[in-house]
Amino acid sequence: MKLIKAIIRREQLNSVLKALFAIDVKGITVVDVRGHGGETERIETYRGTRVKMELADKVMLEIGLSEPFVGAAVKAIIEAARTGEVGDGKIFVLPIDKVYRIRTGEEDRAAVTPVES
Amino acid sequence: MIRRGVVLLAGLCLYSVPTVYAQDAGAISAADTAWMLVSTALVLLMTPALAFFYGGLVRAKNALNTMMMSFVALGLSGVLWVALGYSLAFGEGNSFIGDLSMAFLSGVGLEGGGHGAYPHLLFMAFQGTFFIITAALISGAVVERMRFSAYVLFIAFWGLLVYAPVAHWVWGGGWIADLDALDFAGGAVVHVNAAAAAVVAALMLKPRKDYGRQALLPHNVPFVLLGAGLLWFGWFGFNGGSALAADGIAGLAFVNTMLAPGATLVLWAILDYVRNGHVTAVGTATAIVVGLVAITPAAGFVGPLSAVLIGAIATFPSYFAIDWRARSGFDDSLDVFAAHGIGGITGALLTGVFASTAWGSASGLIEGNAMQVGIQALSIVVVFIYSGGLTFVILNTINLVIPIRVERKEEAFGMDVVNHGEQGYTTGEGAVLVRIDD
Repeated sequence: MKLIKAIIRREQLNSVLKALFAIDVKGITVVDVRGHGGETERIETYRGTRVKMELADKVMLEIGLSEPFVGAAVKAIIEAARTGEVGDGKIFVLPIDKVYRIRTGEEDRAAVTPVES
Repeated sequence: MIRRGVVLLAGLCLYSVPTVYAQDAGAISAADTAWMLVSTALVLLMTPALAFFYGGLVRAKNALNTMMMSFVALGLSGVLWVALGYSLAFGEGNSFIGDLSMAFLSGVGLEGGGHGAYPHLLFMAFQGTFFIITAALISGAVVERMRFSAYVLFIAFWGLLVYAPVAHWVWGGGWIADLDALDFAGGAVVHVNAAAAAVVAALMLKPRKDYGRQALLPHNVPFVLLGAGLLWFGWFGFNGGSALAADGIAGLAFVNTMLAPGATLVLWAILDYVRNGHVTAVGTATAIVVGLVAITPAAGFVGPLSAVLIGAIATFPSYFAIDWRARSGFDDSLDVFAAHGIGGITGALLTGVFASTAWGSASGLIEGNAMQVGIQALSIVVVFIYSGGLTFVILNTINLVIPIRVERKEEAFGMDVVNHGEQGYTTGEGAVLVRIDD
């Protein structure tokens, strides 16, 4: 069991979702986040006040997966989120102790296996 | 000027009091002056209103850029109008274009003039507000991808090379006026003219990179409704003021401006409900604009019940044009062609159908003058071809100097930050003050 946390560009979200759905990864949480990832700083000006925008808006995907899906999901995200410019994001893969599906009480692998709705 | 001629005629036939002043070249009527002052302010308000209408329809990352495309015209087009535009449109000239006799407002002063019983300067300003909004209307076809600097250059040249001559043809004593085409407040000059430019610009810029692959949704539908409401409000000056006097025809145009969009709104809602099961807010806002566009050429020439019919009939072509466009590869992003082109064409043709001597106009088709519809059609076709053709030339020329489209990654990032160094919606978190001397 792994938790994938992928921080990506907002404008790449649609293509990443499409890529993940294509390989049957369907349980995804999307969070709006801001962060600093070493991009060039942008200067913005508001009525003479010049500011350096240190934080860039990104989105973070959180996906719980059983082992066989992890490699394919990571590959799909990298391919769909990459533009080649600094600021494309990061993917973290973390171990998970336990997963429960609230509706049924199923655990672990059963809990992260999509059901036909 | 065709409008003035018709209005004067109407004044003599039906409304003997108000327009008598207009015959006296130097006279100023307090009532006419007051109405034209109000109308000018109302029409100017339509450009910020358009900014909200268009701004709400785009994605959040492009909101400021879209609104700025309208706002910049308030300054740039206004100044160009004073410098050259007014003279090119309303100077004596020939039947194709005016002249430079009134460039930089030479001889444009406080005297009441041939245009009406109010200062010549005020007539210039009133017409200037039309020049401004017509340029801004085109922006709906190019949003979310056109480079701002190229856009600014484009509306400058388009205004002088396209709007000014076309306004001259129709209102400045040019050849369309000589044909007796009926265009009360700018169906051809403003709407068909802008829509032709929009079609060519959209085709030349090509679709947005996500067009047809992702849903490109309006980021603020309340803005869209706000913009449509304010456009309607301003349009009372656009149509009512185009009577160029505080007279009965102004009252007629005003009432027609209230009625036609109402009819469009009702029918659009019914179509929406029957086809999709919902009456949508974006649809309602669009319907208001379509109804306003359609009644523009007819406003002072048709009776109020004809206005209701014009608004109702105009619903169908525009509704189905938008329906088709959204599924097509033609990224006229905010449907300038469907709303202003199709709406303007429908309105201009129906003006030729419903124009009525009972309301002081020339006769239209229903009074037996079928020729009028042909004249209307001819004026539309010529304006469309001229505006579209010159837009092609102007954009290609600008493209040699400045690429008219932003780069792909800039488009992805959003036009607001790339073109303006600002965001429409920012929390300010993570923003660090920069000292100017850094």
